[in-house]
Amino acid sequence: MTALREAAVGRRLPLIDGIEKVSGRAAYTADLPARALVGRILRSPYAHAELLEVDVAAARSLPGVVAVITGADCDKPFGVLPISMNEYPLARERVRYCGEPVAAVAALDDETAARALALIRLRVRELPAYFSAEAARAPGAVLLHDNNSGNVLREVHDEFGDVAAGFAAADLVREARYRCAEVAHGQMEPHAALAEYDGERQRLTLYSVTQVPYYLHLMLARCLGLEESQIRVVKPFVGGGFGARVEPLNFEIVAALLARAACGTVRLNLTREETFLTHRGRPETDIRIKLGMTRQGRLTAASCDVVQRGGAYAGYGIVTILYAGSLLHGIYDIPAVKYDGCRVYTNTPPCGAMRGHGSVDARYAFECLLDTMAAELGLDPFAVRRANLLAVPTQTANGIIVNSYGLPECLDRVESASGWQARKGRLPPGRGLGMACSHYVSGAGKPIHRTGEPHAVVELRLDFDGGITILTGAADIGQGSSTILVQAVAEILGVDIGRLRVVATDSAVTPKDNGSYSSRVTFMVGNAAIDAARQLRDILFAAAARRFETRPDWIECIGERFRVRGAEGSGLAFREVAAAALAQGGSITVKGTFTVPVEYQGGKHRGGAVGSTMALSYAAQVVEVEVDADTGMVRVEKVWVAHDCGRAINPLAVEGQVQGSVWMGMAQALGEETRYEGGLPLHASLLGYPIPTIVESPPIEVHIVECLDPNGPFGAKEASEGSLAGFLPAVTNAVAEAVGLRMTELPITPDRILEALARRQRDSRIAAARGAAS
Amino acid sequence: MAMILSLTLNGRQRTDLVPDNLLLVEYLRDMAGLIGTKRGCDGGECGTCTVLVDGVPRHACLTLAARCGGRHVETIEGIGSPGRLSRLQRAFHEKLGTQCGFCTPGMIMAAEALLRRNPNPEEAQIRAALSGNLCRCTGYVKIIESVQAAAGDAP
Repeated sequence: MTALREAAVGRRLPLIDGIEKVSGRAAYTADLPARALVGRILRSPYAHAELLEVDVAAARSLPGVVAVITGADCDKPFGVLPISMNEYPLARERVRYCGEPVAAVAALDDETAARALALIRLRVRELPAYFSAEAARAPGAVLLHDNNSGNVLREVHDEFGDVAAGFAAADLVREARYRCAEVAHGQMEPHAALAEYDGERQRLTLYSVTQVPYYLHLMLARCLGLEESQIRVVKPFVGGGFGARVEPLNFEIVAALLARAACGTVRLNLTREETFLTHRGRPETDIRIKLGMTRQGRLTAASCDVVQRGGAYAGYGIVTILYAGSLLHGIYDIPAVKYDGCRVYTNTPPCGAMRGHGSVDARYAFECLLDTMAAELGLDPFAVRRANLLAVPTQTANGIIVNSYGLPECLDRVESASGWQARKGRLPPGRGLGMACSHYVSGAGKPIHRTGEPHAVVELRLDFDGGITILTGAADIGQGSSTILVQAVAEILGVDIGRLRVVATDSAVTPKDNGSYSSRVTFMVGNAAIDAARQLRDILFAAAARRFETRPDWIECIGERFRVRGAEGSGLAFREVAAAALAQGGSITVKGTFTVPVEYQGGKHRGGAVGSTMALSYAAQVVEVEVDADTGMVRVEKVWVAHDCGRAINPLAVEGQVQGSVWMGMAQALGEETRYEGGLPLHASLLGYPIPTIVESPPIEVHIVECLDPNGPFGAKEASEGSLAGFLPAVTNAVAEAVGLRMTELPITPDRILEALARRQRDSRIAAARGAAS
Repeated sequence: MAMILSLTLNGRQRTDLVPDNLLLVEYLRDMAGLIGTKRGCDGGECGTCTVLVDGVPRHACLTLAARCGGRHVETIEGIGSPGRLSRLQRAFHEKLGTQCGFCTPGMIMAAEALLRRNPNPEEAQIRAALSGNLCRCTGYVKIIESVQAAAGDAP
């Protein structure tokens, strides 16, 4: 008799923490029980000013106020990148954007905290403020940071291949300019932190909404002048991230400083407005792109110039401006690529990493121009992409090794599912189909902190109860990473999902992890989990072999029964084998690791680490729209998307990630935009910032393409970011068919459509009038 | 000013002394300890605090606790029974109608109100009923599927 094995990998397993979420038991940071003081932050009303005095005397003497802190309480700048830490938890000497934290109070209750803030007096000397990259770069502009000339955080100039020769060889060269508004993550959970400071022992515990507890831990130690061992960072349930929380954020450090000043526990729940002000979104981006193409649609050269309005502090900015250039590569075969990037400081809230980090706006411009040129040459948009496919395995000009490449199949799948060949060009007026492709990394190949440690560590623990605990520092922020780890471990061990539990993201217990960013968790932590599970399996097989008096490599475990391969009988139950293994020395802990080999850590050129990865995901999508010429409304009727995620460890979760990703692309393409007036945000609420509701959200049909990657866990790759960027150009290309307008600015709002229609009508009337006159 | 509030909360009668300006969401979270009702915005924008008052979905952040005297208030903790998820809770879990989970309690409560008054809603009716509840993770596709699956289930 052969026991049927239900594979764990490939199963549509609901999230292992889903029951907590649907029953209301999931405790997020703001839900944690605590007898805590209330923290509040005073924010700058000035966009750019010298801070002459922060007078907190009246606030301090208000009854019920326990602590008041200012920039004087922390003179250590922080930041996610060791090379560009230039932000203080509370501003010192200068404020650089409206909403920047200046002082903070801890009080017995909300009302007292609010009254204390009102008593703080700022004396400032206002400075000229710059709200666009252009203004900040203008000659004579006051510098936001003295060590950066022209308010430039970073310029990038890369050229791979002979670009001039490439353009010379082209039959068609076109250049266009595209502009993308700044957007925000809009995760549903507002920022929150809970800080406990033990004054006798000088120990800090911080609970926060972070995606990367480890970076936060480092910055808490730095800003508070503590040793890392005096700090514990815990990430409870987190209500979404999308990149907003991959940097250590000012409010988290402020909560810790307040707790220390108050020698107690402080809860700091930010409002939605403050959550928007904390920002770190995708920057306003200005792109000039030039492509060269043969008559057959073959690309001969590309050059791309990107300017990002980065906001007041560096944050992840250097990485963002590098990503925009590095991910011009890796999707098509282009003989020569030139990239010029410029990240500019402005007096707006700092930008940062957002889903599809750095790559999205440049991909939008590229795919829009590709479509425009295809139309000019009379080529089908699918045919143009197919004319430029990579031959894998390959290494891109900028050093990214590509071993798996499911883009061809993605193209086939959405072309056929959408009925493209039969329907394109034959839709009624006002309707349009558009398509585009995109890709993304499966984890950044090079870690930010080059400590020499493995890039991921997972521990497994088996004890007398027969339960196996997965200990991981990887932050599940709703994307389901803990569920994926359970499936990986169950697959290797051959045990029931129910035997596994996950303990995650508590620095006192779980191994360090580099966090949830760049879609690294499934790939890197998944590989570490496989390594750990194999070690535990070896221990269990050795124990079973002793019981059967045979060799470990003759043992198999299927459905929790251990047998000698090919032998009759019921074998040994998991608990019996576990007991035999534990008898050798008690509680068993194994550790699995994963490190990206150096050849996958990027090219040798400056900034070559950004964009480096062991595997790229690929996506193609078709978007169908209806455009109402009277109102200018663009309605998305349907999206067909194919995403090559390698092995879909959990197809249900992959679908959910891809749908969410495409939809977030739709939100950026059609409406979302942060807007500032004199540096004051006009958008900082969920009414001012138009996140699409269920009413205007289209059906999104997901096709999973499993082009297995030789280095991925079970062949798996990225699934959560790669399909976002493609929506922006696909919908723009669909609008072009629907109303004959090639829009070049995002978001494509009804106003912009109406303006463009009116302009076209005026131009054609003028032309007609001129024609009649001549 | 404080006042005495008597109401039925998740099927149980309770009486509290509450400030008259206390919001229902604060009452639920801070006094009754029901943390399932979330606060996602600065007032009436996101729907994460949706609860049922006499069976009608309400924003708990725009409702004064004092106005709930004598009424039946239901939260995410009150649907389903111990050890057994409600059909909507089960469907949201199994169909991945929840990712980060933050909008989920409000979303389920709004859907609960819909299914009680219309056990077999059309897709457009589901969309209309949930139009005040924002989700940032799912693109809503699997939320619609979850509500449809729950509607197909016997209660």
